[in-house]
Amino acid sequence: MKVLVPVKRVIDYNVKVRVKSDQSGVDLANVKMSMNPFDEISVEEAVRMKEAGTVTEIVVVSIGPQQAQETIRTSLAMGADRGILIKTDDAVEPLAVAKLLAKVVADESPQLVILGKQSIDDDCNQTGQMLGALLDWPQGTFASEVKIDGDTVSVTREVDGGLQTVALEGPAIVTVDLRLNEPRYASLPNIMKAKKKPIDMKEPSDYGVDISPRLDILKVTEPPVREAGEKVEDVAALVAKLKAAGAI
Amino acid sequence: MAVLVLADHDNAALSDATAKTVTAAIAFGGDVDILVAGEGAGDVATEAAKLAGVRKVLHAEGEAYKKQVAEAMQALIVPLMDGYDALFAGATTMGKNVTPRIAAKLDVMQLSDIIGIEGQDTFVRPIYAGNAIMTVKSSDAKKVVTVRGTAFDPAGDGGSAAIESVDAPAGPFKAKFVSEEVVKSDRPELTAAKTVVSGGRALGSEEEFQRLIVPLANKLGAAVGASRAAVDAGYAPNDYQVGQTGKIVAPELYIAIGISGAIQHLAGMKDSKIIVAINKDEEAPIFQVADYGLVADLFNAIPDLTDAL
Ligand SMILES: Cc1cc2nc3c(=O)[nH]c(=O)nc-3n(C[C@H](O)[C@H](O)[C@H](O)COP(=O)(O)OP(=O)(O)OC[C@H]3O[C@@H](n4cnc5c(N)ncnc54)[C@H](O)[C@@H]3O)c2cc1C
Ligand SMILES: Nc1ncnc2c1ncn2[C@@H]1O[C@H](COP(=O)(O)O)[C@@H](O)[C@H]1O
Repeated sequence: MKVLVPVKRVIDYNVKVRVKSDQSGVDLANVKMSMNPFDEISVEEAVRMKEAGTVTEIVVVSIGPQQAQETIRTSLAMGADRGILIKTDDAVEPLAVAKLLAKVVADESPQLVILGKQSIDDDCNQTGQMLGALLDWPQGTFASEVKIDGDTVSVTREVDGGLQTVALEGPAIVTVDLRLNEPRYASLPNIMKAKKKPIDMKEPSDYGVDISPRLDILKVTEPPVREAGEKVEDVAALVAKLKAAGAI
Repeated sequence: MAVLVLADHDNAALSDATAKTVTAAIAFGGDVDILVAGEGAGDVATEAAKLAGVRKVLHAEGEAYKKQVAEAMQALIVPLMDGYDALFAGATTMGKNVTPRIAAKLDVMQLSDIIGIEGQDTFVRPIYAGNAIMTVKSSDAKKVVTVRGTAFDPAGDGGSAAIESVDAPAGPFKAKFVSEEVVKSDRPELTAAKTVVSGGRALGSEEEFQRLIVPLANKLGAAVGASRAAVDAGYAPNDYQVGQTGKIVAPELYIAIGISGAIQHLAGMKDSKIIVAINKDEEAPIFQVADYGLVADLFNAIPDLTDAL
């Protein structure tokens, strides 16, 4: 079966984010960018399915600037087969991303789409579910285990009270949580090989999708800063402080 | 103007998230109705009708609604939205799973995890794990919103809304609930607790986590949380995780034990009223947000603290 894996280029999770002084957004000039950590987990899962023989082809797709090609290359080096870059310098909201992905699904006819549960920049947690609705496909979100048995995809989900398992009648959408797997590092030979794998270059207009934003960003500000308090000598001093503060 | 609030519940009781979402819906404005979809959820509907400020409760029953499977919820809610200007749900795993499907069907861009409302089209929400706060204006005709529980107080009791039955599509749906593993405990729920005691990687094993964190939490009547590192290593179950990708908490007292204070962890607890950090490394970033920091080896400090309480 064929799997589609959408991957997003985002600020590296280790970077300390700085808000621009004009409050127009976050400063992305000269900061390290990487693949959204959840998307590395999606790619890894697809590659493991291929190694296990359930998957025959892995197509990765990214919507973003020219440099998102690097994100696609990283996925190819991990073991994906080919890429599609839908190039745009505009910020694309999850609804528009889902609409573009629905078109890619129509072209490629995968049986499974594996996405991250959330992008660590916009923290939206929407795209996979939206794609599910647009395609009328079932979804297994926040997956910590995925099993494929014929046309049925069985997904164990991380939910507020613990774990929940759902059975999906494929084709289906899966969004991954952190504990699904631990992504591999690409080996040097695989990085070299990835350079020869094909990447299709597209633009949003090729798909006839209107990507104009629905949300107008009025301002982006720093969160209130929390002042560091005091260090206490020992356990007794801590207990005294907490009692005085009425916390215990 | 009318808002539909999606109830979060387990067919026996309403979760705290629902009452908080009602407060946000009231702040948004207009008539506020609650949808209780479940199986054998009559008591939940009765409880929802008592929330102050609610106009009516829509009660839908059906097997597919027992666990609020997203595909069934979509079939139920999308037609109901003809009569509403907005859909509000708590940013719980249920809310996050369901609402984007409705937004896509209505062709609107969802507002996730809001912490403020500045008018009927303007919302405030954290981005980048809470390292930036964004104010956005939505140009969509209908709003689909998930609400961060820590930002709104629960609506009070004293309401007496009418309960109305609504027909729920019976399916079949392409997704089916199979099973769940839910940890039942007498402990307060993590996102509703007044005190939270969290353990990190430094605990070293599940046994030590149980031996040190749990008795301290018991003494304080606290909920137990954990860092991702502790959960990944299997010291604590997944639903204990506090942070950007786990639960967001803001208790009166948060005690972080052997947790370094990575931004992804801070994202889930830095709005707590009082933060205590116990860590043997005096440079640990957690101390930058702690009201009271104790530089100590937790294996000595925690038994002492538990005894002293
Ligand atoms: C996309 C993404 C999402 C994430 N989401 C989350 C999230 O939701 N929640 C979360 O918590 N993390 C999250 N993380 C992980 C996060 O970046 C950190 O790796 C994690 O929080 C570290 O956990 P820790 O503090 O327990 O472990 P460590 O960073 O290893 O810290 C252990 C601490 O214990 C101290 N210590 C060691 N021994 C002792 C002792 N004997 N006594 C006292 N102190 C001791 C050390 O000084 C150290 O400060 C996420 C990461 C990514 C990439
Ligand atoms: N621009 C994009 N290009 C490719 N995939 C994306 C993009 N935006 C979101 N996604 C996918 O959708 C997931 C959830 O993103 P979000 O809904 O923005 O939190 C991500 O983990 C990706 O798998």
